[in-house]
Order: sequence, then structure tokens, then C-alpha cells
Amino acid sequence: MKVSIERSVLLKAMSQAQSVVERRNTIPILANVLIEAEGETVSFRATDLDIEVQDKVKATVERSGVTTVGAHTLHEIVRKLPDGSQVVLADDSTSGRLHISTGRSNFTLATLPREDFPIMASAEYDVNFNAKANILRRLFDKSKFAISTEETRYYLNGVYMHVSNDENSNVLRCVATDGHRLARVDADLPANASSMPGVIIPRKTVGELGKLLNDDDVDIAVSVSDTKVRFATSDIQLTSKVIDGTFPDYSRVIPSGNAKRLEVDAAEFARAVDRVSTVSSERSRAVKLNLDEDRLILSVNAPDNGAAEEEVAVSYGDEQLEIGFNAKYLLEIAGQVDRENAIFMFNSSGDPALITEGEDSSAIYVVMPMRV
Amino acid sequence: MHSLCRNCLAFIKNEPRCSKCNSPSILRHTELKSLSIAHLDCDAFYASVEKRDNPDLIDKPIIIGGGNRGVVSTACYIARIKGVKSAMPMFQALRKCPEAIVIRPRMELYANISKSIRQMMFELTPAVEPLSLDEAFLDLTGTEKLHGNPPVVQLSLLVKKISQELGITGSVGLSHNKFLAKIASDLDKPKGFSIIGKKETEEFLSNKPVSLIWGVGNTLKSKLEEDGIRTFSELKIRNKEDLMKRYGQMGLRLWHLSRGQDSRKISANNQVKSISNETTFSEDTSDRLLLDGHIWRLSEKVSDRAKATEKLGSIVSIKLKRKDHSQVTRRLSLRDPTQMCSMIYKSAKTLLDNLDDRGPFRLIGVNLSKITKALPDHYYNDLVDIQGKNNIEVEKATDKIRGRFGKKAILRGRTLR
Repeated sequence: MKVSIERSVLLKAMSQAQSVVERRNTIPILANVLIEAEGETVSFRATDLDIEVQDKVKATVERSGVTTVGAHTLHEIVRKLPDGSQVVLADDSTSGRLHISTGRSNFTLATLPREDFPIMASAEYDVNFNAKANILRRLFDKSKFAISTEETRYYLNGVYMHVSNDENSNVLRCVATDGHRLARVDADLPANASSMPGVIIPRKTVGELGKLLNDDDVDIAVSVSDTKVRFATSDIQLTSKVIDGTFPDYSRVIPSGNAKRLEVDAAEFARAVDRVSTVSSERSRAVKLNLDEDRLILSVNAPDNGAAEEEVAVSYGDEQLEIGFNAKYLLEIAGQVDRENAIFMFNSSGDPALITEGEDSSAIYVVMPMRV
Repeated sequence: MHSLCRNCLAFIKNEPRCSKCNSPSILRHTELKSLSIAHLDCDAFYASVEKRDNPDLIDKPIIIGGGNRGVVSTACYIARIKGVKSAMPMFQALRKCPEAIVIRPRMELYANISKSIRQMMFELTPAVEPLSLDEAFLDLTGTEKLHGNPPVVQLSLLVKKISQELGITGSVGLSHNKFLAKIASDLDKPKGFSIIGKKETEEFLSNKPVSLIWGVGNTLKSKLEEDGIRTFSELKIRNKEDLMKRYGQMGLRLWHLSRGQDSRKISANNQVKSISNETTFSEDTSDRLLLDGHIWRLSEKVSDRAKATEKLGSIVSIKLKRKDHSQVTRRLSLRDPTQMCSMIYKSAKTLLDNLDDRGPFRLIGVNLSKITKALPDHYYNDLVDIQGKNNIEVEKATDKIRGRFGKKAILRGRTLR
């Protein structure tokens, strides 16, 4: 194999590949990227056995061939090469080395046989549909903050993507929860997606997926089966196993009878929460919300450290309420609200609160209160 | 020079025997009335309890420890004469003392007695720092006015009371800091009372090996030996900066200790960093069901201790030892700190389930760390885990029953696995 690739193109492909490759690997081949050169394209494939990413780039292929080489090392080399340079990758099958050269820099890396590289079996997908990148980005970006990191509840370690017909219209829905907060985000159901099985997409996959969704108008081909999911552009293909578990019935978690309504400028609210929580000494920073006629007082009382209070002008017309939340949760949710005011619906100080962006119910958030 | 009769607790003149009760057991020291930091260590605690409860054992060598494979946790003084030591593998102990009677530890009983002893300690001072079931530091500084007696008298009274009421003997070390008090309690066991005053501290230490220092294990000891430091006097001549450069923070500590200086405070609650429990199997096993049963029982023990000391932890880890004594540990962080057995077990079980190594193993342990104080009001309700909330309620109810009727009053089926 001998190919010549523009440095920035190679860097982009290698960035994608190395982020899938785990830093610590007990199986040596999993630290490698599979490089395949054929015709006018070179493909870079990396896997951690749960996720596989394949990136195809245009290149001048002098000699076609296949090899595998350490992904992190190759990425580091390419990153440090001067911008604009033309990088030549050439493998030497007798010495089992890959030569990387550009002008004056020359590197030689050890390779491993391509036969050892595990290719993820391409499953039979039940459903294939197309969705615009910006639609998918919104679904995942607005829900991923609520993904749980608890290993004991592995079935919460991802975003549950499924078709829902809650309000008698079918939507493509993403839900994530860690038991303290929940995010439910809807989008219009793309054509051909109605029979999609519900799948839990792992956190790492959601993170990798973000990189595919940079350009708003690009069509993403989505393929789903019970065990696998694939997102593909014309160049990049991301395949992932889905979490083998049952996502809990979240619908009964979403409060429907909350009647106390608070409307507040989300950004202003977030800044105030951030300010008062500074004095809190604990990891879980509890902020108390004191609600009265068009007035919200945020306060933190940390006996060992100090106290803080801030008044925020809001719209509130229901009876007086005192309720506590983890500051971090409030900040993360407020951060999702970008177009309109945030609307909080409360019941009592012990019941979960419902948060929406204006009257738009296509993205709703639920957060558990804390006793303060 | 002050002299105190240990029998009638009267201060007497400097005489070979007490002029009042004729006892030869006299404590003599110039700083007798001013020293206030003490370390109390029960003598062969578990063995003493067993002998107390079964007088037939009094003149026989006994070893407290688990099964054939276990190690000696305590040997009585008769067995110790034969060379049996704590932490010695059982087979080795029995080779040294074949006639020894091996008794399985009754931890619950020991813990109860320990609690009574601790209660007596707290009557003397709130500054009690337990190191284990059978030893603790006590700071009696400033208690003389309250008790009407200097610490030395109160401590003598304490060991007397423990002996009379609980039938357990102990040894006391009295000095001016923790380091020396701990060394002192070991000087004259059993039923000892040793004093290291400020004046003789440096002289006392000079020829002692540095391995006396807690924290100087085999590795550091050999490193120190390489540098020509075996005794305190060899340590003392070293320059502070050099020691710090070579040994880091420990170097600074070594420098202070070589001068008999130790500024650590005695406090009742700065101790616990982790709560753990482990068990060695009588036969190596790779049976996951069996391991699961062990994990449950160990989680129960860890949880019991966390609840008893009002602690929560947010990291759960498991430890498994293979046949060749190499070990595997796995850990996970919890979202919220817990003391609940159901949560500890669930986490430990997840770690075991995710473990590729199939064994066989000789030991398994469960550990709860990143300890914080219990904040019962801090519990969250969970949005989706309804069962988890029920589990906690069940556990609280079970704990109440066990608190009233004993630990075996109600058990999970799993416990019997």
C-alpha cells in the first residue's frame, strides 16, 4: 500500500478513529486503525468492539493495500505535522512497518496483520430511513446530559430512541434519565421510520455521533435493528451495538397534574443559580427556590461555608412555594432552553418539576427536588 | 518522683511496696501526674473473651481464627509462648502448637463487649479514637478538674473496671503523644501500665528500630536500611530537608518522630476512610452462585458497620484473590452515597458480573469507601426506580427487627446461599 493524503483530511479521519479507540487496551489489535486503500479512496476503520467507525477519504492511491497501525500514535504524528503538507503512507510488508513521510519528517510504525482486525458484522437492519443532521443533533444534544453513569443500571447508560404516538401523532423520540432528571425530546417522524424498534444508544456512541452531525443539511442514513444501529453520511459510517436492556416506562414519570406555573428568562435564571451556588461546599449543591407573587428568591445556605441569596423577577401567580434542587441539574436544564423563556410547572416541594421551553412540548425535562 | 499504687490507687512515698495495701505493683515516674495521652490495648482480646466464657479453656492454648485455610486472628498467651502469632497462617500455627484449640471468632459478641468498653472510655473523655475492637487512644488532657484525679488514676480505674465488669484485661501506655503511647502500651503486656515521659523520650527511642513507626513497612524499612538508618538515633542525625527530599511527606514525619514528636490529634471521628469485609474460602472456588452468596453476606456486614457508625460511602469495590495470591480489584462510583445493603450488594454484584476472570479464587472482599457522614435527609427519590425505594423501606424495617430481636431474627434467603 502506498497513498498520499492531504494532512488536514488525514487528521480529520484520524481524529474520528482515535476517539473510538480506547486508551487502555488489553487486546493489542484494538489499539489499531485499519487502513484500506483502493481506487481513489482510503478508508480508516476503528473499533472498541461495541462501536465501529469507518471514514472514507479521497487520496492518491499509488499502490492499493491494507494494513493496521496504532491509532493514537498515527493521530499524534499527523496532528504535529505542518498544515498543508502532503502525507505519504507506505507499508513495507517484509518488515511489517508503515512509513509515514512528508518532506523532511519520516516515521516508521509497527503494524499488525489485517486478519486480526475485528470487523463488526453488518447486521440485517429492520428499518432504514433518512433524517437531516440538525434534526438528529437536536434530539441527542438536548437529551444526552441526562444519561446515567451508574453501572448498576446499565439500561440507563444511553439515550432511548424510539417511535412514540403519545398524543396521537407519531414522533421520533429520544429519552434519557439518570433517575434524578429526565429529558424527552421529540422530532417529526421521518418517512419510513414508523416501524423502528426502540433502541438504547450507548453514551459513547451518542458522543461519537455528534461529530457526524456538524452540517445542518446533510442527510444522515439511519439503520436500526434490535441489536445494532448505524448512522452514515457519504463518507463516514458509525455502527454501534445498542444496550441490551429494557428502558423503564418513563411515561408515568412525567408529571401531568403540576399546576403552579413559573416563567423565567432561562439565561438570567441560570446565571443567578450559578452565582448563589458558589458558596455551597458540597458536591451536590442544593439551591432553594422561594416562590411568591412574581418573585423568585434563590438561596443557598451552607453552614460551614456561607450563605447567598438572589432575587429574580419572574412571572408567578400561584400560592407560595419553597422547593430545593441540585444547582447542577438546574443549570444543565436551563442550558437546553435557548429560544424562549423557561416554564417550570411545580406541584409540591416533594414532587418532581416539569420544565419546558415556552409552550413547546417537543422537549420537556423533569427534575427531582432535593430536601433543603 | 511520684508513685501510685496500682492496687489501691493511692499516691504513696517512694517505697518498694504500698504502705497501705502492701501491693508490690507501683507506678513510678516524675511525670506521672502530668501525662495525659493514653493507648489502651486489650490483652489477647478474642482469646480472653473465649476463656472468660469457658473456664475449661483457661489453662489451655487457644487460637481464634477461621478454618484450616484461615489465619490466626488472636492467640492466647499460652499459645504465644509456643510461637503462635497473629496473622500467622493457621497450618503454621498448628505446627508450632498442635495441641491448641482452634475457635471460630464470634465477632458479634466481641463487638458487643468492645462497645461496653468504649462506653466506659467515653465516661472519661469524649476524645476516644478506636483503632479496632480492642484498642483505642484516649486524650485525657484537661480532665483532672472534672474527675478530681490525674489521668493516670482514671486510667488505672478504667482497666480495673473493665477487668471486674467484663472479665477482660488490658494494657495501658501513657505518654505525651499518640506515637509514644502506642509504643508504651506494648512494652509490658499483659496487664501492663507503661509510661514514657517527655524527659526520657529521646533516650528511650535512641536504640529502638525505626520499624517501630507505623507506616514503616518492609519496603520503607529496606530503603531506610540502604541509607544507613536502622535506629532512631541514626534517623535523628539526618537533616530535615534531606529526609523530605528523599521520602517526601513521610520524611518530615520521620524527622519529627525521631525526636519523639507527634502532633496528631485524638478524635473520635476522623478515622474511617473505608469499610470493608472479606472472607477466605475453605476451598478455592469459581462457583459464581457461591461467590454471589458471599458478596451478599459481606455487603450485609459492611452495611451494618456503616449504619452503626452513621457513615455513607460512594465507592463500592470488590477484591478477589486468586490461587497464587495475586489479586483483582474492581470498583465503581455511586451516584449518591449509601449505607444500604441492597445498594452495596447490587454494585458489588455488578462488578462481579462484569469480571472476565472466572477464578478459581481463594478470597473475596467487599469495600465501601469515599466515606461521608450520614445525611439521612439527603436521600433522593428516584424517578424510575420504584423498586429501589421499596428495597430501602424493606431494609429499614428489617434493620428494626434485627435491632430488637438479634441479627438472625430475619434473613434474606440469599444469606443462606
